[in-house]
Amino acid sequence: MSYSRYIKWGLWLTLFILVVIAAVLYSLSRGEIDIPLSKIAGILIEGKGSIEYTVLSEIRLPRIILGLSVGGALSLAGVILQGIYRNPLVEPYTLGISGGAALGVAFAIVAGLSYTIGSVILPAAGFIGALATVVSVYMLSVRKGKIHTQNMLLIGVMISFIASSAMMFLMATTTNENLHNIVFWVMGSLDEANENLIRIAAIISVCGLLVSYLFIHTLNALRLGEEKARHLGINTDISIKLLFIIASMLTGMCVSVAGVIGFVGLIIPQFIRIIVGSDFRILLISSFLTGGGFIVFCDTLARTLIAPNELPIGVITGVIGGISFIFILINLGKRSKLI
Amino acid sequence: MKFLEIENMSCGYEKKFLVSDIDISISKGSFVGIIGPNGSGKTTLFKGISGDLKLKSGKISLGNKNLKLFSHKERARNLAVVTQDIESPDITVEDYVLMGRLPYHTGFQFFENEEDLEIAEKYMKLTAVTNMRDKFLSQLSGGERQMVAITKALVQEPELLLLDEPTSHLDIALQIQILNLVQQLNDELGLTVMMIIHDLNLAGEYCDELILMNKGKIKEKGLPEYVLTYSNIEEVYGTVVFTQPNPLSGRPAIFLVSKRILNSISKER
Repeated sequence: MSYSRYIKWGLWLTLFILVVIAAVLYSLSRGEIDIPLSKIAGILIEGKGSIEYTVLSEIRLPRIILGLSVGGALSLAGVILQGIYRNPLVEPYTLGISGGAALGVAFAIVAGLSYTIGSVILPAAGFIGALATVVSVYMLSVRKGKIHTQNMLLIGVMISFIASSAMMFLMATTTNENLHNIVFWVMGSLDEANENLIRIAAIISVCGLLVSYLFIHTLNALRLGEEKARHLGINTDISIKLLFIIASMLTGMCVSVAGVIGFVGLIIPQFIRIIVGSDFRILLISSFLTGGGFIVFCDTLARTLIAPNELPIGVITGVIGGISFIFILINLGKRSKLI
Repeated sequence: MKFLEIENMSCGYEKKFLVSDIDISISKGSFVGIIGPNGSGKTTLFKGISGDLKLKSGKISLGNKNLKLFSHKERARNLAVVTQDIESPDITVEDYVLMGRLPYHTGFQFFENEEDLEIAEKYMKLTAVTNMRDKFLSQLSGGERQMVAITKALVQEPELLLLDEPTSHLDIALQIQILNLVQQLNDELGLTVMMIIHDLNLAGEYCDELILMNKGKIKEKGLPEYVLTYSNIEEVYGTVVFTQPNPLSGRPAIFLVSKRILNSISKER
C-alpha cells in the first residue's frame, strides 16, 4: 500500500541530485573567466597546465565542495533541531552557536592571535566559541539527566544576546582594521584557502548525514512528541542529547569555516518539508542535498554579481531564500502545514 | 501469578508522592476500569506503569518479568498507551498507524516490510479507519482521532493496552462506539485493557473490574457492583447519588440527583 511512496521519494531524490549537479556546473562555468559548460569536462580531463584547469580545480572546485558541505550541514542541523524542538522556527543559530563562534573569532582578532599564530586560528577560535556556547546551553538546560527542550531554546537565545553584546563591546573598543576583519568574518564567505579545512568540512558533513540516519526512527517518532515517542520504544533522553550534539557539531563546523551564513538552516528544511512531507527518512537527505546546491548557487552569484568584488554570501541567501520562501509559502503553503 | 502485578508502588513528580501504596493484580484478558475524582492520581498511576514516571518504591511485573528489566522497545511491544491529548501533527493516518511498528524495527531497518504493512492494514480494517488513511490527523474529528490512536496502539500488538479517558469530549454515540470496539478487542483478541474513565455508568457497564482511586491511593477495587456503591461514591466524590442495577445488563447504574430535589426530599421527611 505505501510502496508508491517510496517510488515518489526516489523521484524527488533524483530531482534534488539534478539540482545539485546543475548548481555545481553553473558554479564551475561562471567567474572572472567564463568557461562554457561543454568544455568543462575536456579541460578537467586533458587540460592540465592550462589556466582554465587551474581555475577549475584549484579555485572553483574546492569552493564548491566547501559550499556543498556547509550548505548541507547547515540544512541538516536545521532539520534535526526543528525535529527535536518540534518548532519550525528553530534554526542552527537560534541556540546561540553562531553568536558564540563570532565572539570567539572577534576575540582572536582583537587579541592579535591571527598575526602570531596564523590564519587557521580564526576557524579554531570560532569552533571553540561555538563549542563553549553549546556546552553552556546544554549544561544549563539539563536537569536530572533530562533536557528541558523549551528552556533550552530560551537559554540559547539569551546566550546569543550576551555573546553579541560582548562582541559589540569588542568591536566598539578595537582598532578600525580589527573591526573590518571582524565584520568581514561575521558576514560569512566560502573563500577558504586552506585545503585541509575544506577536507575536514566535507568529512564532517557527510559523517553527520550518515550518523543522523541512525536516529531516523527517533526523529520520526518525535513528530508525535517526546512522551509518545517514548511509548513507541524510543529512548528519548539519550537520543535527543545525541541529536543535539550532532547538530551542534555540524553548526560549529560551518560557522568556523565559513562564518555566519544565515537563513539556510531555516529555509531549506521548511521548503523541503513543503515539497516532500515531514517524514525524516526523505527529509534529511533532501535537505542536505538542496542546502548544498542552494549555497553553491548563491555563492556563485555572490562572487560574480559585482565582480571583481565579492558580495557577502549572506546577502544572497537572505534575499533569494527569503523572497522565494515567502512566495512558496503563500502559494503552496495553503495545502500543507509547516510541521 | 497474575499477568500484571503491581506491588506497593508509589510514584509522582519531584518530591511529592502523588500515588502511593498501590497494589494491583490483573489477570490476562481482563478489562479493568480506573475511576476516581480529578486529581486522584489515575493518570499518574498510568505514567508509573508506562514508565513515564520513575517509581519511588515498589515493583511492577508484566507476565512475570519486572518491567524495569524491559528494554524501551520491548516495553513498547508489550504495552501500548493511548493518552488523552492526541496531538495532530502534519502526518497522514496511514503513516501515523505505521508508527506503531517502530518498536519492531531494528536501528537499521529503513523501510516498513511486508509484515508491517499487513498488520497495519489488518487493524485499520478492524477499527474501520481504512477510508481515512490519506487524511492528515489535523483533518480528523475528535472521535476519528481517538479511533486512529487506538489503531496505532493495536499495531504495536501489545499484551496490555492502557487507555486514558478514551471517551472524553465525545458524544454518546461515539462513546459507545469506542467502548464497544475496546470490548471487542478484549473479547476477541484477548487483549488486557486498563482504562481510565470518568463516566461511572460506562465504567460499570463495560469493565469487568474497577479500581476506585482517591487522593493518590486505592479506595476500593473489585467487581463493579462492589465498587460502585452509594457509600463509596459519596465518600470519594462528596456527592449524593442514587444507585440501582441497570434493568437490562444488571450492571450498577448511577443516578445523580439535583440539590433542589434533595432539599424537597429532606423537607418531606
